[in-house]
Amino acid sequence: MSQLDAKIPEGPIKDKWTNHKNKINLVNPANKRLIDVIVVGSGLAGGSAAASLAEMGYNVKCFCFQDSPRRAHSIAAQGGINAAKNYQNDGDSTYRLFYDTVKGGDYRGREANVYRLAEVSANIIDQCVAQGVPFAREYGGLLDNRSFGGVLVSRTFYAKGQTGQQLLLGAYSAMSRQIGKGKIQMFNRHEMLELVIVDGKARGIIARNLITGEIQRHSAHAVVLASGGYGNVFFLSTNAMGSNVTAAWRAHKKGAFFANPCYTQIHPTCIPRSGDYQSKLTLMSESLRNDGRIWVPKKMEDVEAIRAGKKKPTDLSEEERDYYLERRYPAFGNLVPRDVASRAAKERCDAGFGVNATGEAVYLDFSSAIMRYGKEKATVMGEKNPSDQRVKELGEGVIEAKYGNLFQMYQKITDDNPYKTPMMIYPAVHYTMGGLWVDYNLMTTIPGCYAAGEANFSDHGANRLGASALMQGLADGYFVLPYTIGDYLADDIRTGPISTDLPEFVEAEKTVQDRLNALINNKGTKSVDHFHKRLGKVMWDKVGMARNAQGLTEAIAEIKQIREEFYKDVFVPGSMDSFNPELEKAGRVADFLELGELFAKDALHRNESCGGHYREESVEESGEQKGEAKRDDVNFKYVAAWEHKGEPSDAVLHKEDLVFENIELKQRSYK
Amino acid sequence: MAGKGMNLTLKIWRQSDANSPGKMVDYKVTDISEHMSFLEMMDVLNEQLVSKGEDPVAFDHDCREGICGMCSMYINGEAHGPDRGVTTCQLHMRMFNDGDTIYIEPWRAAAFPVIKDLVVDRTAFDRIMNAGGFVSVNTSGNTQDANALPIPKADADEAFDAATCIGCGACVATCKNASAMLFVSAKVSQLALLPQGKVEAKERVLNMVDQMDKEGFGNCTVTGACEVECPKGISLTNIARMNQEFLKASITADK
Ligand SMILES: Cc1cc2nc3c(=O)[nH]c(=O)nc-3n(C[C@H](O)[C@H](O)[C@H](O)COP(=O)(O)OP(=O)(O)OC[C@H]3O[C@@H](n4cnc5c(N)ncnc54)[C@H](O)[C@@H]3O)c2cc1C
Ligand code: SF4
Ligand code: FES
Repeated sequence: MSQLDAKIPEGPIKDKWTNHKNKINLVNPANKRLIDVIVVGSGLAGGSAAASLAEMGYNVKCFCFQDSPRRAHSIAAQGGINAAKNYQNDGDSTYRLFYDTVKGGDYRGREANVYRLAEVSANIIDQCVAQGVPFAREYGGLLDNRSFGGVLVSRTFYAKGQTGQQLLLGAYSAMSRQIGKGKIQMFNRHEMLELVIVDGKARGIIARNLITGEIQRHSAHAVVLASGGYGNVFFLSTNAMGSNVTAAWRAHKKGAFFANPCYTQIHPTCIPRSGDYQSKLTLMSESLRNDGRIWVPKKMEDVEAIRAGKKKPTDLSEEERDYYLERRYPAFGNLVPRDVASRAAKERCDAGFGVNATGEAVYLDFSSAIMRYGKEKATVMGEKNPSDQRVKELGEGVIEAKYGNLFQMYQKITDDNPYKTPMMIYPAVHYTMGGLWVDYNLMTTIPGCYAAGEANFSDHGANRLGASALMQGLADGYFVLPYTIGDYLADDIRTGPISTDLPEFVEAEKTVQDRLNALINNKGTKSVDHFHKRLGKVMWDKVGMARNAQGLTEAIAEIKQIREEFYKDVFVPGSMDSFNPELEKAGRVADFLELGELFAKDALHRNESCGGHYREESVEESGEQKGEAKRDDVNFKYVAAWEHKGEPSDAVLHKEDLVFENIELKQRSYK
Repeated sequence: MAGKGMNLTLKIWRQSDANSPGKMVDYKVTDISEHMSFLEMMDVLNEQLVSKGEDPVAFDHDCREGICGMCSMYINGEAHGPDRGVTTCQLHMRMFNDGDTIYIEPWRAAAFPVIKDLVVDRTAFDRIMNAGGFVSVNTSGNTQDANALPIPKADADEAFDAATCIGCGACVATCKNASAMLFVSAKVSQLALLPQGKVEAKERVLNMVDQMDKEGFGNCTVTGACEVECPKGISLTNIARMNQEFLKASITADK
């Protein structure tokens, strides 16, 4: 018995998806009306899934905790979305996108899923354009592209620094059309707090109306979880304040395996933290690395002078700057993948070269790009021998057109003008590659429970390439799930509506009531944030950018300790039957306190460095790659899927061996 | 980093639910750093209230970087506060001085009833979108190649500018008539500027305006306050464009 059958279709990789689609069961349009589907989440994954399923004829109930589906966290994505369109004629292809994604993920992703992602990517752009998504265009009226880290082609489509917003508004408009028709019932300000299983199948959820506090039962023939990532387990991250693991964690506790929880992406370009009151970190899009050069001073005395305010970064000549990414990785330079760029920043800052008061910041400098663009622009405009000042002015105009909103955002937060002085940046938690384990059909280990978007573990291996999350979310929701779910639902055309009076619903509702009651009646002395911040500190210090066995072992014990204190001493004001944001937070932090421990346990067991997971015990000792992360394919070429068994410490490991038939396993080299 | 350490008096609207009356209540916060965001200052206040066992102030927020449109505070008589081109979450305390008294209220409009304290119900915006804020194209994947339809850059850019509306509702809160014209016109404009949106342009504008009226938003008397307070710089020209579209559609309406 293998519980971890990924159900990868037979045949050559380029035919798998087509063959699979030809073979799977379909539900005829008349019967779709008899089937209900719950979609938890209205981000790119949930929104696109809900709209597509409703268009196909299913009755959809969609849930989000924000006051409108349009506000899901996907809205904040900045830089772009990948697609193998090869519009730039630079040698891009489905295979190359597939290859880049597997390699970028450090050979810890599943080939068949990644290939399918690359295959449907081009269609996503067609779809979005048809919806009226205003992507950036060239003067000829065709779509423009930019490059992202870890690749050598230009395949990223974008809408200034608001790509996620525009794509989500596209999905939201498709949803709005179906809401207007009554095919989607939208539940804003509702939070899923439990998954309901009947006869071994996912048949509904328990949700709380966040305005009235009412606990509700909702039934369906299948449940799709598209609830986003769990980066907020670190307290500080670039995720929105409400992003959480609750929906996925509840499913995990009901039998869905949780895969690779320790694979976290620490993004290299975020605004450094400024004080203890900090509530979140702000990303500066990776697209900036197209034009920004990253550096710290070469000499310690310059670092000290800058920190003391005696020198400005612009005072340093080219020779006095260490463009450390260009130095260490000449082939990819500033465009190395995120994990590599983040560790390199940490290495310089740990060595004492950090340029701000906390010692945790490096420069991202646009002056070369401003001059380069300025000269180009002057030539185009026919200006002969323009002054440096004029070139700068023109160049700043070009940069503004490309990144205006990001520069404005930076200036509002830091009160510094990034057109005139380099930005200061530092790595921050950004994305979680881990998530619910799913098979090729995106079904979890619970029949009828699917996971899509950042909530699943599927396509990014141990490191996600920039602009690939938006692609994956929309691929899952528009093009994959609507097909694969039919295969399962074909058996349900005669089931009829699922009653919410079944004992399983009563029981699940009671669990939720009891859990919330316990939190409210605890009447301890410390706020929810107090515990969340403590958890975040342990996670960042010991389960962050560099991990080792000792730190991880300590983290496991400390998280358990914080969890115990939480249940003894947390104070949640207000009542259950009213609008109560503290209670919402308390429930989410309670789940983070369990996930955090499993996360550390997973990181401890994986005694290799791969992608975003860096074990100090596993580095190259010699040769050209000396000092770089060392992967261990002999012992760890598998997906770690954890089965819940009570406490996080009791979780049982299941392995899905990864088979590489189309790509040769190699050490990643960006040198 | 040492901040200015400001001491502030906050006068905040407290209302326990839609059916109870509300009132302004005074609070004090101390040692507020100028580098904090406005919402981080509110976090400090709430942490203080929770530690005293009191009910924290409810307010909407999520992304805290000016893009989700969730945050919505009326600060010292201005939607999203004194700074320009920012949402409440992007407002920083460096805009205030030690000793200041700050008035904090919810959006006020008949179409945006208060849920609790500073949290209001903006689902009227969603219903307007449901009435026509889309292009009727299925997500089948059988659409034509994206580059088969070149769109002049100027049109695409203008459509993009209109599309950057975050649906926060500051325009409504600011308007003395509580009109939603800026919000609705931004969507209508985006789609009217693009060939994909032209096919349904007529029904769209009629249906969306109709829904807007049903929701109880006021009429536009072109005072222009909305444009000033809009955090995304959505321009009044969108309203002019929508009026044209509406006129065209009403004259030729064949339904
Ligand atoms: C600042 C930032 C910038 C980024 N930029 C890029 C980029 O340029 N390119 C790129 O490819 N990727 C980018 N990413 C990553 C990408 O945005 C996300 O991975 C992706 O949008 C996740 O989409 P999703 O649909 O899976 O989840 P989300 O968009 O997070 O949506 C989650 C949904 O689930 C709902 N939900 C969650 N829990 C519950 C519950 N218990 N009950 C009910 N509803 C619930 C929420 O309300 C929400 O609707 C960025 C991420 C960040 C943080
Ligand atoms: S038009 Fe401006 S103020 Fe009005 S909802 Fe949109 S972004 Fe907010
Ligand atoms: S919290 Fe998202 S815009 Fe302010």
